[in-house]
Amino acid sequence: MTLAALKDVEVDYDGRGRALGPIDLSVEAGEILALVGPSGCGKSTALRLLAGLEGPTRGTLERTPGRGETAVVFQAPTLAPWLTAQANVALPLELGGMPADEARRRAREALVRVGLSGAETARPATLSGGMAMRASLARAMVTEPRLLLLDEPFAALDEITRRTLADDVLNLWDASRPAIVFVTHNVEEAVYMADRVAVLTRGPGRLAGVARIEAPLPRPTGFRTSEVFRAAVERVSGLLAEGMEAVR
Amino acid sequence: MSRLLAPLALVALLLAAWEIAVRAMGIPAYFLPPPSGVAVALVENLPSLAAAAWVTLSTALIALVVASLIAVGLAVIVGLNPLLEAAVRPLASVLQVTPVVAIAPLVLIWAGIDHPERAIIALAVLVAFFPIFSGAVTGLRAADPDLERLFDLYGAGRWQRVMRLRLPSAVPFLLEGHKVGAGLAIIGAVVAEFGAGSGGVRGLAWQILDAGNKLQTARMIAALVVLGLMGVALHALLDRAERVGLTWWRGR
Repeated sequence: MTLAALKDVEVDYDGRGRALGPIDLSVEAGEILALVGPSGCGKSTALRLLAGLEGPTRGTLERTPGRGETAVVFQAPTLAPWLTAQANVALPLELGGMPADEARRRAREALVRVGLSGAETARPATLSGGMAMRASLARAMVTEPRLLLLDEPFAALDEITRRTLADDVLNLWDASRPAIVFVTHNVEEAVYMADRVAVLTRGPGRLAGVARIEAPLPRPTGFRTSEVFRAAVERVSGLLAEGMEAVR
Repeated sequence: MSRLLAPLALVALLLAAWEIAVRAMGIPAYFLPPPSGVAVALVENLPSLAAAAWVTLSTALIALVVASLIAVGLAVIVGLNPLLEAAVRPLASVLQVTPVVAIAPLVLIWAGIDHPERAIIALAVLVAFFPIFSGAVTGLRAADPDLERLFDLYGAGRWQRVMRLRLPSAVPFLLEGHKVGAGLAIIGAVVAEFGAGSGGVRGLAWQILDAGNKLQTARMIAALVVLGLMGVALHALLDRAERVGLTWWRGR
């Protein structure tokens, strides 16, 4: 089942030329799709379209998730500094009209699932970058979305934290199987986490190609050193290089 | 410690120079009394000066509360409607640049000669309004754009957005606005008292006017000293309140 689809979509900046497209791209239920491309290719724009936060300038956007069924994690944790971790995570539920007690209880459970038990009353300012990102993930997962969009969620973190969080995201995905679309400019990360890697050309981004990664999710141990992984990274890198050439 | 001692030492030095100069040159007390004379006047008139200080201070505080309610309320309404903001902004600026002394006689007529205290509160409100309004308008727009997007995503209503995102995001701007507004409310109250002249409201400005009329120069300066101390104390208090508020808001 297709959750969201861009059909011949173009997006313009306000009077400053084209930001994205023309592009066709669809997200299937339960899959993990990575969007890779050079800076300024419109990856984040594509993500905002799929989230329904923006409309296309031309072309059509089709979306099936209803209100509260889409969640987004941004580059920064984007937590409200005046709220505790638990209150931040409970916020989407409370905005949806859930009674505060129930929302707080589910928020606590969501925090436990991302490994933040004990941090309920902590304010975002006292959390490390990785912990704040986990709280942000918990907030996204607490509504049990069908479509989860991640906009370079690990860009600001160190390599070790990145890898741990990548595995955590895959485990969270495995528990409820939402469709995940995530933007990254890290080819290894894209190959490690995704069923399909969509490569965009230099901006305004078009589709340079889509690589399917033939390995079970969550990844088996040692996947990063396997032949499948290495070959997939090469294939995606090749598409990236073609995408850079195509524009010149 | 020396940070505190240095200004105190300077004040002591200036006071000593003033005392010596007045005595040495034989300047009459009605023209410029020595600091010791001011001190005597301060002690002798302490009850009436304290009462006057309370009148001025309470006027300023009431004005601050009223200004805060109007300014924040208006900023919220205006924040929901960009067209309304475009309409209100220039008017608010006109109010800001018009000196309060110039409006005082008008407001005194409107509030009625029988109720000069209302006119003085209204004038102090007028002065305290702008920094609070301006801070609130800026603060309500200062919410993290990604948090705004999350509120879009979760289908938050207007009211939820104001109460759960925009007002809390505005807290640092509101604290700053109220700090500035409180200082201006005191100035507004004193200026308005001067405008109201003798009679009705017996605040610190009235004390200064009354003592001036009777050529009690020492009492004039004593009232001025009380006014200055009150201003410094209020500023220190609000500064502290702002810092505590900010620490709470940031979570550390």
